[in-house]
Amino acid sequence: MIFLPHNRESLSEAATLSRGRIVPNVYDILALSIMAAVFVLLAHAAIAMRGSIELLSTAPVTLDPANLPEYALRTTLRMFAAIIASLIFTFVVATLAAKSRRAEMVIIPALDILQSVPVLGFLTFTVTFFLGLFPGSQLGAECASIFAIFTAQAWNMTFSFYQSLRTVPRDLDEVSRGFGLTSWQRFWRLEAPFAAPGLIWNTMMSMSGGWFFVVASEAITVGDTTVELPGIGSWLALAISKENFVAVGWAVLAMAILILLYDQLLFRPIVAWADKFRAEQTASQQKPRSWIYDLLRRTRMLKLIGMPLAAAWDRLMLVGAGRKRKAPALAEPRPTSKLADRLWLVFIVLMAAAGAVVTVLYIRRTLGWADVAEVFGGGLATLVRVAVLVALASLIWVPIGVWVGLRPAVAQKVQPVAQFLAAFPANVLFPFVVIAIVATGASPNVWLSPLMILGTQWYILFNVIAGASAFPSDLREVASVFKLSSWNWWTKVMLPGIFPYYVTGALTATGGSWNASIVAEVASWGNTHLEAYGLGAYIAKATEAGDFPRVVLGIAVMSLFVTMFNRLLWRPLYVFAERRLRLD
Amino acid sequence: MNEFVTATAANAVPLVEVKSVCQSYDEGQFVVLDDVALTLNAGEIVGLLGRSGSGKSTLLRSIAGLIQPTSGSITFEGKPVVGTPDGISMVFQSFALFPWLTVLQNVELGLEARGIESAERRKRALEAIDLIGLDGFESAYPKELSGGMRQRVGLARALVVHPKVLLMDEPFSALDVLTAETLRTDLLDLWSEGRMPIESILMVTHNIEEAVLMCDRVLIFSSNPGRVAAEIRIDLPQPRDRLDPAFRALVEDIYERMTARKPVAEPAHAGVVEADIDMVLPRVSTNLLSGLIETIAAEPYRGKADLPPLAASLQLEIDDLFPIAESLQLLHFAELAEGDIQLTEAGMRFAEAEVDERKGLFADQLVAHVPLAAHMRRVLDERPSHEAPARRFREELEEHMSEENAEYTLRAITSWARYAELFAYDEKTDMFTLENPS
Repeated sequence: MIFLPHNRESLSEAATLSRGRIVPNVYDILALSIMAAVFVLLAHAAIAMRGSIELLSTAPVTLDPANLPEYALRTTLRMFAAIIASLIFTFVVATLAAKSRRAEMVIIPALDILQSVPVLGFLTFTVTFFLGLFPGSQLGAECASIFAIFTAQAWNMTFSFYQSLRTVPRDLDEVSRGFGLTSWQRFWRLEAPFAAPGLIWNTMMSMSGGWFFVVASEAITVGDTTVELPGIGSWLALAISKENFVAVGWAVLAMAILILLYDQLLFRPIVAWADKFRAEQTASQQKPRSWIYDLLRRTRMLKLIGMPLAAAWDRLMLVGAGRKRKAPALAEPRPTSKLADRLWLVFIVLMAAAGAVVTVLYIRRTLGWADVAEVFGGGLATLVRVAVLVALASLIWVPIGVWVGLRPAVAQKVQPVAQFLAAFPANVLFPFVVIAIVATGASPNVWLSPLMILGTQWYILFNVIAGASAFPSDLREVASVFKLSSWNWWTKVMLPGIFPYYVTGALTATGGSWNASIVAEVASWGNTHLEAYGLGAYIAKATEAGDFPRVVLGIAVMSLFVTMFNRLLWRPLYVFAERRLRLD
Repeated sequence: MNEFVTATAANAVPLVEVKSVCQSYDEGQFVVLDDVALTLNAGEIVGLLGRSGSGKSTLLRSIAGLIQPTSGSITFEGKPVVGTPDGISMVFQSFALFPWLTVLQNVELGLEARGIESAERRKRALEAIDLIGLDGFESAYPKELSGGMRQRVGLARALVVHPKVLLMDEPFSALDVLTAETLRTDLLDLWSEGRMPIESILMVTHNIEEAVLMCDRVLIFSSNPGRVAAEIRIDLPQPRDRLDPAFRALVEDIYERMTARKPVAEPAHAGVVEADIDMVLPRVSTNLLSGLIETIAAEPYRGKADLPPLAASLQLEIDDLFPIAESLQLLHFAELAEGDIQLTEAGMRFAEAEVDERKGLFADQLVAHVPLAAHMRRVLDERPSHEAPARRFREELEEHMSEENAEYTLRAITSWARYAELFAYDEKTDMFTLENPS
């Protein structure tokens, strides 16, 4: 935690405690046991992570339900590691982009592109790289898996943090400079708290994507290298190849419990705690609640234990403070020479051009125009799938979302479920669909497609619910006073009202679907392999074959498609929504 | 007065000295401050009075070391201001409290920056909180407090670092009338009893009565560019009485000085307009304009009003009233002189007219006296399609003013022209047209 409550109240509380009444209360016992359990489990899994690579073959993943908790734990730890890596990346890179104009010129466009690169494509290269980095240890494979999750999470978190840093309120900035806060203090007292709500929301979104990729990245085959890390993803892969229906059910159950625990033990407390960072100056009516957070706040012993930590944190805050201030802290950046800027820009462009040339040459060595045409054809097929599916999902979920959102009592119950479903890795459910297709002999080209949106459609639902809940009641009253026809009610009142929210949801859903296509367009059950024609299948097959030039080409084209889709459709819609349809 | 202060008052070096300070942007194209000089001595409260856009807040921030002036020198205790000096702290119009820190943490912030230990920090913060009357609110978050309490936190935070100079940027203008008055009185009491560890206060305000009530000296700023137009010493004893004739006379005097400005430039003759579109237009709603015209036309003013009582009866501060009054002057609906506002013949006619006639009158005045309106109308008339992209005018305006001001002016003229039905603007296509949707 960043700010421990050090107010008078807790001081006097501590004073009474030290007078001999150090009685841990019942909340202490509860909180301590939960925390101890979490620490023990994490330590156990962390040690296992560094085991020898041979363990993977001597003690392979088995479908014994007794092992499932252990696998779940290992999967969770990967998530933890990735989220911590993402946070560090966010703090460093976003700060750099916000503080240095030249770094900004490189970082922001790069992030924009990286956001649209299919994450699973990275695996091909990173597995080889990381295995070479830690020969003979599982750590290499672990790192590759963690890196895959990291690439699914880091970019939007970094964007959010960067945006917050750029929009720090001017008056608070002036107070900080006026008092001469050190940059360390400024970061923790002003910038990080101001960015916290946005960052936490984006981290939550990232986590949802993360579960998907952790499942997809545990059992990896790249060319001749096959790695199966102990985890739910590997369990699932094994269950599929053994055609073990029950084991798939176990995986679904384990995943559900895992996400529930993660939400209850980690995210809810953080959201409840972070409520105070919201910058609005009015007290909010609905405070996010969390029983864990309440529990921690009611503990007595833990507060006492926390005090030295708080004191240490406090001392850390003073590092470098109080020294004579030297350089003037000016609002305007010192005028830098325009020539240097231009040179820097030329340098960047040259580097980018060189990169492009190298890539093209690399691909050209083995592939020709026919391959490019094939990839674009696949890209179009996947594009059609994504577009149709998002449209279908919108047709279904927008009316339902509006219906739910306008009824606060229902919304309160449905909203957490929708968020839970969004976090649930849809690839765990794929086998059920595949079995159905195999059994009925339906066309994979059509029926594998819904898998792409299985996990991402919920973004549309819960954003629409949020939009409808926030719709001003006076506008609804106007609509009912004028007895609008239901056509007018939808087109003139409701749809414009929820549009900004819908765009956000649909944008996320689209991005997720592109990513999911790599997993969804190719599916198998035992020895039966299903395949749909599309770019996702192309990349998946190339990865499995270890055919790097094809992977590079596939990823490049998919990034291009996603970027174009975002630029030509979503961004204009977003701008339009911001300009014309904002209700506040 | 303040004994703590009288000891140092003998010291000949002024606390703050500002000499020929200029502040401009875009390589001197937009001048905010022009050759401003100011001396702040120990033991006095000095007010900077002026309209928004007169650069007084900019000056305050230059003294605080938050902005580097383009030219000129600022010294604090004889030494040039480099960075943000320790002996100066600031109170903000928006309070500028950290919403995620409690009252106590907010107050401690400045001490933390100085590297002071937590025990000492707490002791000093509690002292400041006691002094400013915030006891009991230590663990509250700003969003739980009323505006008045928030500004008290702002004051405590500024005082806790024991500054010599307290800068206040319109500290009471975001508060309601009653709360502002309580805070002013409390602050003056603390000041005259010498209980605050400060030697001098420099405050920016646009409330004339506030300036006369609190200050020993008032500097009146003129706008565009900001210059010190006059300096008035106020020798009335504290506590001051708003109803005291001497007080009223001073208020009246300041109103007169602030309205006695160079008359608005008029186009040489109606046809030639290009030269004069460089004026930033005020964005004042036509409802406010007609409201003020009607008020002045009616009893008890009957066409001519004295500004101070008018402002008081309408509960408007100069920053609210002056733009309306000046818009009326710009449109030749009224004349401003020596603290009075008098309706012209057009103004009187407007007051008596019905809606459509009013619109016609407004259109006439707009074309006759606002060069930009005439220019835009002419461009639209000349074009066969009778429409022109907004970009065309935006770019034209940007040759004369900043991008921000150009946008602002364009919005102002759009709203007036829409009312007058002089020309229309379509937001979707970003075009000005002659056709009103029928």
